[in-house]
Amino acid sequence: MRPRWSAEQRLAWLLCAPAVTAMLVVTAYPMLYALWLSLFRYDLRFPGERHFAGLANYAAVLTSEVWWRALLNTLMITVGSVALELVLGMVFALVMHRALVGRRAVRTGLLVPYGIITVVAAMSWRFAFDPTTGFVNGLLGLHAAWLAERWSAFFVIIQTEVWKTTPFMALLLLAGLTLVPEELLRAARVDGAGAWQRFFRITLPQMRPVILVALLFRTLDAFRIFDTVYVQTRGAQDTATVSLVGYDTLITRLNLGLGSAVSVLIFVCVVLIAVLYIKGFGLDLTARGRGR
Amino acid sequence: MVCTLAACARPPAQPPHLHWYVFDEQSGAFAAAARRCSEESGGRYEIVLAPLPTDADQQREQLVRRLAAGDPDIAIIGMDVIWTAELAAAGWILPWEGEAARQARAGRLASSVQSASYDGRLWGVPFTTNTQLLWYRTDRVAKPPATWDQMLTTAEGLGTHGTIEAQGERYEGLTVFFVSLLASAGGQVLSADGRSVSLAPGPTRRALEIMQRLATSSVADPGLATAREDQGRLAFEQGGPSFMLNYTYVWPSAHADAPAVAAHMGWARWPAVIPGRPSRVTLGGINLGIGAYTRHPKLAFDAASCLASAPSQRLAAERGGLPPTLTTLYDEPPIRRVFPFAEVLRETLRDAVQRPQTPLYADLSLAISHTLHPMRAIDPIRDVARLRAAVGRALRSEGLL
Repeated sequence: MRPRWSAEQRLAWLLCAPAVTAMLVVTAYPMLYALWLSLFRYDLRFPGERHFAGLANYAAVLTSEVWWRALLNTLMITVGSVALELVLGMVFALVMHRALVGRRAVRTGLLVPYGIITVVAAMSWRFAFDPTTGFVNGLLGLHAAWLAERWSAFFVIIQTEVWKTTPFMALLLLAGLTLVPEELLRAARVDGAGAWQRFFRITLPQMRPVILVALLFRTLDAFRIFDTVYVQTRGAQDTATVSLVGYDTLITRLNLGLGSAVSVLIFVCVVLIAVLYIKGFGLDLTARGRGR
Repeated sequence: MVCTLAACARPPAQPPHLHWYVFDEQSGAFAAAARRCSEESGGRYEIVLAPLPTDADQQREQLVRRLAAGDPDIAIIGMDVIWTAELAAAGWILPWEGEAARQARAGRLASSVQSASYDGRLWGVPFTTNTQLLWYRTDRVAKPPATWDQMLTTAEGLGTHGTIEAQGERYEGLTVFFVSLLASAGGQVLSADGRSVSLAPGPTRRALEIMQRLATSSVADPGLATAREDQGRLAFEQGGPSFMLNYTYVWPSAHADAPAVAAHMGWARWPAVIPGRPSRVTLGGINLGIGAYTRHPKLAFDAASCLASAPSQRLAAERGGLPPTLTTLYDEPPIRRVFPFAEVLRETLRDAVQRPQTPLYADLSLAISHTLHPMRAIDPIRDVARLRAAVGRALRSEGLL
């Protein structure tokens, strides 16, 4: 039976309406339009040859070696950067949480990289690793052309990502740390639990929902990586990501049909990641379970 | 329009602005040419430079995005020779017709006029041109090699100083390198009508053999797989390498940066692939096209004609080091001082080869450079088939690249 709408509920929807409308216009419309375009053979250079192509664009993408390689590259960057960010972010969160002196200075200092625009960060690191202008080779006593080989290029890209977004992870985890009841930790200490035991047995399990949310946000973000790779290698040395493939198809080749199919497939991947977190790891984004 | 006598008598406050979208030329030669033509117009128009990035791929990306959206601000376009077919087929530039077309062709290099033509019509006025020469060290090599085989053998005999600088990164420059080798071997990428793949097995294999031999030879630069024109120039100026395939800008650059090397710098025609058959080198340069959506098409045609006329070409040559498209300028002493190699340059330009003239050129070039990179991994027999397949897919705009 459908519950009757109370006046309060109606008011709530009314208040939401502007936001919902804005979301429909700026999010739903472009997404549906991309879906529509992806069903056409449509190249901006040949507007006259536009015709319905069904799923041919999807077939072309999914049978292409380029797509699968880019997907693999993207997954490597995603897993590599998110894993490192989780560990480092947790360390930073603990430092920020437990800092006794200069708490504000520590928090501000740790957040600085997050305030820097990604393109600028990517440029800075590209120059830092450059054999002629960079300091990294001098520091390590090497003569390596980091961005000219596949694995070292991946290393530079991942470390740029980690440097840039670990503060975001730390911030989310810091919020989680404040949720861990202090009395629980004190009780455990009285019972003789050591620092490691308290961290692994109490803090981490208590923070599980927050950690999952942080991981979800960062995974979705990392999967759509574009600017760092564009600036540092432009996909050379086999480092192209799915977003870069989409860019090449849409912006360089002006192939709206094929490019839209790539975009839709990236969207499908993002949805799959979200479903994996929510169904697979039991992440509850609304946290209603505990509220009641 | 109704106006009072006083308002009508007043000259217009400002002549219409014509924006000239062209790469950011560092010497100021383009700005000087724009100023000169604006003044010469007697207040009919004023040319305003709209500088684009120096990287040709990024210039194109910015331009096509604006043109596809019908930007009326684009009056004159400094078109790389490889964009003619794409911009013309999409209807983004206006054809040159009648007297304007006649003047745009008159006295200019046939290969440059060809690069501005598509589908039997002229789509731009040739402004500057460019092509590669072979640069070598006169103190180490007595006579410049005539063929690729001779060059590789001579270089290998020079030991550590034998390095040959070429372009091996995965970008347009690799496509240019391949097209020059292929044409010198007597082949072509597309059939004459530009609609099907040519890439005859014999010449294609010969071109791939040379690329593979160069990349796996002891005289290849260790950084060949990431080398563009400028890395080659810098390496040559350090004094190590003895050979370099590069554009003419390396000459003034060496004189400014490395006089000791420049004193022993010689030039010759690009080496031949087949003995006795002169090489055919890829043509570069800029043609001036008129944006299809401009508010002032007639003024834009006039302005472009002025920008591509002899005085502007002299400015571009003497200040910017950009070779002219008007053939007689090569005989003028001031130009000869800038280009002491003018004779070899003009001969090379006369026999120059066009990159495939098709609206799908951008796709085609990606297909070629992606298939042939890195050069050291080329297998001449296997890769002829791979290349044909990749170019064919690009021509049918199938799949990802």
